[in-house]
Amino acid sequence: MALVDSDLTRDLVRARIQGRQSDAAGAAFKGILVACLVTVLAALVALLISVAPAGLDVFSTRGLSDFLLRPFSVRPDKAGVYQGTVGTVTSAVLVAVIAFPMGVAAAVYLEEYASDNWFTRLVNLVIRNLAGVPAIVYGLLGFALFVNGPFSSLTGGTTLLSTGLTLAILVLPIVVITSAEAIRAVPASLREGGYGVGATRWEVTRTLVLPNAMGGMLTGTILALARALGEAAPLFFMGAKTSIFSGGDWFDLRGDFTALPMIISDWSTRPATKWNGNTQAAILVTLVLVLGINTVGIVLRNHFDKKR
Amino acid sequence: MTVPQPPTPPGLRVEDLAGNAARNRTEMVVRYALTGAAGMSVLISTAIIVVLLRDAVGFITTIRLGDLGDSIWNPRLGRFGVMSPILGTLWVTLVAVLVAGPIGLGAAVYLSEYASPRLRRIVKPVVEVLASIPSVVVGYFAIRFLAPEVVQRLFSGAPAKNLLVAGIAVGLLTIPLMTSVAEDALRAVPSSLREASYGLGAKKVTTVVRVVIPAAVSGLVAGLILSISRAIGETMVVFLAAGGVPTRPTSPLDGGTTITAAMAAVATGTDNVAGASNTFQSAFFLGLILFALTLSLNLVADRFVRRVRQKY
Repeated sequence: MALVDSDLTRDLVRARIQGRQSDAAGAAFKGILVACLVTVLAALVALLISVAPAGLDVFSTRGLSDFLLRPFSVRPDKAGVYQGTVGTVTSAVLVAVIAFPMGVAAAVYLEEYASDNWFTRLVNLVIRNLAGVPAIVYGLLGFALFVNGPFSSLTGGTTLLSTGLTLAILVLPIVVITSAEAIRAVPASLREGGYGVGATRWEVTRTLVLPNAMGGMLTGTILALARALGEAAPLFFMGAKTSIFSGGDWFDLRGDFTALPMIISDWSTRPATKWNGNTQAAILVTLVLVLGINTVGIVLRNHFDKKR
Repeated sequence: MTVPQPPTPPGLRVEDLAGNAARNRTEMVVRYALTGAAGMSVLISTAIIVVLLRDAVGFITTIRLGDLGDSIWNPRLGRFGVMSPILGTLWVTLVAVLVAGPIGLGAAVYLSEYASPRLRRIVKPVVEVLASIPSVVVGYFAIRFLAPEVVQRLFSGAPAKNLLVAGIAVGLLTIPLMTSVAEDALRAVPSSLREASYGLGAKKVTTVVRVVIPAAVSGLVAGLILSISRAIGETMVVFLAAGGVPTRPTSPLDGGTTITAAMAAVATGTDNVAGASNTFQSAFFLGLILFALTLSLNLVADRFVRRVRQKY
């Protein structure tokens, strides 16, 4: 009997300890969290699906190269995104050429040179806040500086050069912040080794810090580029064209221009079905560019993260 | 008594220890160049403020102040009722935050507290893809999918373009920002807090809700404020999806305009942007309001972010 008794006790205790207590609240909570994540993914899928079919249709009936190589036209089946692609790619190159050296230089100053004084604190504060200024405000700034302002004789007004400069200013804070992070991640022992053998600050920076931080800095710049490439709001004030114009060829920095986001914005408001197909096709071209650049950035980041 | 001098190495003079003149010169030039690059950011922000103030004041002086109380914002017709775009911005931002706040927070809590490292590695890049989709594409998605398939089905009789559609789409755009800031805040909570909670016999859900989230609340608030700021500044989605209606909205189902969309509208319609006119300057007036709004929100958010850093 004692045996039975202790068996019963043992079983009861075991059931109490091991038994999966039903945790309805916990399960419900987790369910809600999963639902949030699924909503995000579903929205992304819906977005990609809703912008694809008519665009792919345009590519298959007209041929991809026909759409990519034709300029603006009043006829939807003749209109292409040649000028827009040229404008977007060129302004991205301008942004890289201007914002990368400037941003890295500012980051090097902040991380390697600056002492804790009012100027450094001001620069830090200003950069953090510039990163949060809405894109369209940069459009106003670019307009007042480059399109119709002190530098307009240099840029030629409503041109790609103005756009490149404006977008470079727009992404500069992002480049500075990510570059500063990359520089901070370089181990101090490396610098101390450099100073130990008598190198100057710039020699240490140039030969030890910058090569080691290059991966992170490039990644930051690439992700910033992707952002600049898809930005449409400032282009309103840059005078990007939405109807037929002559020019818009490669290396035409000081002529009339347009860009892919501007084309999407204009075409998406045209009611005709054919323009809808063109809009989706232009969106696909833009997404391939933006996501392609982003993928390069993310792969680079994972590569450098692993090395560290 | 004379202190014994250490023997001077032969051929080493004081000047040698002063360093190489050419190297010092390089060092100086570089220092100036780098300081200049850093100072550029100060110049840029000064330029923003000067430009906005100059043209905003230029605009204000050409109108009667009473004109700002008009019920319609249409600068081309001389109607300057600034409350229309401001109310539109408020509605869009409210909807966007109601979408992005809970969903972004939920996704962040899941990624930080529940997801396996493997799942995180797959899901994080997907959220980043959403973050990198240009806003004009999301705007197109809003008018071609969200409006007819979601909003007009839920609210029959709503116009195709309205503030609710724009707000939901802006919310979608803002989710990645909310998620990433919130996730950073949650992951910054030391695991000792979680372990202490488990040690007391708390369940996972209790630990997350009663320990982790309260400990991360500063960062979560910062994420929310940054999302609000981002939503206020979003232009393309609203420009395409809100309808550009110049009257004061009374509900989110009305068509409307926002500060940003109204600015964009001023610059469209003519391929050659014209300067100096009263109409065009109104964009700078709106820009100044927008700048002041987002700047103050960002400063507040910054304070919250720092509070997190100080604590741990």
